[in-house]
Amino acid sequence: MGRLKTIARRSFLVGSAAILGGVAFGTYLVKRDPDNPLIASARAGDAVFNPWVKINAEGITLVTPHTDLGQGAASMQAMLIAEELDVELNQISTTPGVPAGAYYNTALAAEAVPFRSNDDSFAAEAMRSTMGAVMKVLGAQVTGGSTSVPDSFDKLRMAGAVARETLKAAAAAETGIEAALLKTEAGAVVLPDGVRIAYTDLADRAAELEPVTDVTLRDPSQWRLIGKQVERLDVVAKSTGTQTYGIDLKLDGMVHASVRMNPRKGAALQGFDATAAQGMRGVSQIVGLPYGVAVIADNTWRAFRALEEIEYDWARAPYPAEQETHWAEVAASFTPERLDKEWRHDGDVDAALEGAEVIEAEYRAPYVAHQPLEPLNAMALVTADRVDIWVAHQIPGFVEQRVAKRLGMETEQVFLHNQYAGGSFGHRLEFDNVDVVVDVAREVMGTPVKLTFSREEDFAQDYNRQIGMGRGRGAHADGKVTVLDLDIATVSSSRSQSGRLGAPVPGPDTQIAAGAWNMRYAVPDLRVRAYAVPELAPTSSWRSVGASTAGFFAESFLDELIHAAGADPMEERLRLTNDPDARAVLEAVAEMSNWGSPLGPRQGRGVALVTSFGVPTAEVVQVTDTDDGIKIDHVWVAAEVGRVVDPVTFENVVAGGVIWGLGHAMNSEITYSDGRAEQDNYHFAEGMRMHQCPIIEVRGLENNPAIRGVGEPPVPPAAPALANAIFAATGKRLREMPFFHTVDFV
Amino acid sequence: MKLNVNGKSHEVDVEDDMPLLWVLRDELGITDVKYGCGIAQCGACTVHVDGVAVRSCQLAAGDVDGNVTTIEGLGSPSALHAVQEAWIEHQVAQCGYCQSGQIMQAASFLDLNGEPNDEQIDQAMSGNLCRCGTYPRIRAAIKTAATKLQGA
Repeated sequence: MGRLKTIARRSFLVGSAAILGGVAFGTYLVKRDPDNPLIASARAGDAVFNPWVKINAEGITLVTPHTDLGQGAASMQAMLIAEELDVELNQISTTPGVPAGAYYNTALAAEAVPFRSNDDSFAAEAMRSTMGAVMKVLGAQVTGGSTSVPDSFDKLRMAGAVARETLKAAAAAETGIEAALLKTEAGAVVLPDGVRIAYTDLADRAAELEPVTDVTLRDPSQWRLIGKQVERLDVVAKSTGTQTYGIDLKLDGMVHASVRMNPRKGAALQGFDATAAQGMRGVSQIVGLPYGVAVIADNTWRAFRALEEIEYDWARAPYPAEQETHWAEVAASFTPERLDKEWRHDGDVDAALEGAEVIEAEYRAPYVAHQPLEPLNAMALVTADRVDIWVAHQIPGFVEQRVAKRLGMETEQVFLHNQYAGGSFGHRLEFDNVDVVVDVAREVMGTPVKLTFSREEDFAQDYNRQIGMGRGRGAHADGKVTVLDLDIATVSSSRSQSGRLGAPVPGPDTQIAAGAWNMRYAVPDLRVRAYAVPELAPTSSWRSVGASTAGFFAESFLDELIHAAGADPMEERLRLTNDPDARAVLEAVAEMSNWGSPLGPRQGRGVALVTSFGVPTAEVVQVTDTDDGIKIDHVWVAAEVGRVVDPVTFENVVAGGVIWGLGHAMNSEITYSDGRAEQDNYHFAEGMRMHQCPIIEVRGLENNPAIRGVGEPPVPPAAPALANAIFAATGKRLREMPFFHTVDFV
Repeated sequence: MKLNVNGKSHEVDVEDDMPLLWVLRDELGITDVKYGCGIAQCGACTVHVDGVAVRSCQLAAGDVDGNVTTIEGLGSPSALHAVQEAWIEHQVAQCGYCQSGQIMQAASFLDLNGEPNDEQIDQAMSGNLCRCGTYPRIRAAIKTAATKLQGA
């Protein structure tokens, strides 16, 4: 019914835009908000309400700066904005935007401080807010640490609300009807008489106004999208082959390239002989680099093949060449000199162990590769005064800074176009593909270069999960665990990583004992100490970081003590739990798995509870010891996340995290020989395949007001819960990952 | 040599031993087929030759002896294949990089076995790696797709 009126109004709005003029308008916006990166590219008629929302006559664009790695970040961010903006998800388009300080990650700072996430003491809060200020100054726009949801939850709803109220103010100015009488729905302001004015028709007028910032976020009872079954924005594209990843990009005149870097990670290339590769079909250039050789060709396969024909003289590894030496170094690190921090000491462990019957055990966790399915790749176009780079990256701003430095240019001359990633798991926090593509592209200025790593090269150049060992001592009395003393020694992936960034992290590494020292148990005498093994092979953040190793040590050893005490693994954990959220997740998995109900022959259940990234997560694993090996029948998982924003993706990602944790604990490791990773493709390090995949049931709890992300927390409990289940079924205690060394799996 | 891809004939000038994968991606610009491992360990490059799933990283261009179908030839957003419909209904994808290969494998499998049980699904799909761990949803989507195809 309002169709005619809307059309009439549109012509009015076009008129008003003409009066205002475009250029002067842009200048006005810059003065108003220098922190909004959308202003630089804003054209006449663009209403850029804040760094996340742009509306013009053509449509509604939402900026989703957290990189989509497969975790559904783009969809989740759009959903949060759309909730308050009152638009439907099929009315908007999304873009990752440009790297900018406005998108700094406030939630990651909270996780970097050495306080338990449930510690809301003044000191903890003060430290968190200080870290937030530091992050703001650095402007670090990071996707990681399971922070996309917590970082976005308030900010993006607020961005949507500000835009909505500003659009209402624009409509009020147009119609003379006061804003309080206006409603919004499905991308339109609705007048009291039911006439709808599309946001796109109000953009011109809205752009003239100061954004209305005095807004109130809606009560959860009014939510249309949050917590509801919603179709992910990318699900059709990802089911039809129409989703474009970085590796799929095409530019006119583009050439293909690949690289072979010293497989002794970080060491130099001393010389090479490319005679056999020269003149191979399609090969246009062979580029010698300090660390390896790149081949430019007209087809990726031809570049791969040419690299195989080159003879390389590689320098020695800057770390021990053989795996045994790595383990020896870890084993030698439980010393006062290498004590990184005593994270927790309740009671008096030394006194309690004196004279007690002490139970001891030692655990091992190997290096593990990331290896998302889309291999490392990047595209770059270098010209005299501008560089464009297309790559999926978790720290996009750092890419621009790094490229600028490498080429002796200003950061403002570098333009990153962030891409959807074919998985990451921490892999796309590093810069090898960025460095190489720039080094190659500067050799052929004006020509776009698409660089693709072979899978073998990707394995060789991966910065793996930290290697480590745990040593436990403990005791029990009267059927109860009374003493738990855990020493953990790993290399510091945080220092390895930040060292490469040239930004050393002061103080102890919060990750070495993460998932162990913050255990939510009140064992009377409890101590957790972290020891830093000096850098061996370089390492990096691997989905769930420190908790993937420390959580395995802690929950395996606790299980040993519980069994020694003759207690039930679930009941004793519940008895020891000193925290309502942890208790709730344990009770949830006990109920879901019908813990305590009779099992068949050669079956067993195991449980583990690990808190990482602020999320207490409990898992029960049920296995059968079949004649063909251990079969994982069923997994139940419960996590306290404050709020399940997108229930479909939540279930998918939590189940995926369980599979990630189980599969790598069972099947995957990286070992070094002659300074090289011995595993070079998926047949040696595949994680889990479908035939090993159990039935998985997921429950998200919403008891705590703190909003948490769930990309990583389901990973750490999986390995110990599986080991504990196998012990229950077979009596065999698995103290070393990967488990296939000790038991067979179907 | 001549290649028929998604119903269209192409003349390509490549080495006989260039894997079909790289002919499709870098010569013909058909990038819905993905490179994952290059040694038939991940299944991301799965396409159909005369309706049968093959790993295009292992099939030399000179040995292609039938019509090639990639996922865009199977169905499109406006004309979905039953397997794609099921994948959307179950919201299978996380990163989605493996899913072209998973869907092509599933479509070929369901063509041979219209009423698969769990074990047969696991067996048929275990050559396709998903690093995000979407296996439970793939299983469910295959069952839904089987029902759709039965009714078709």
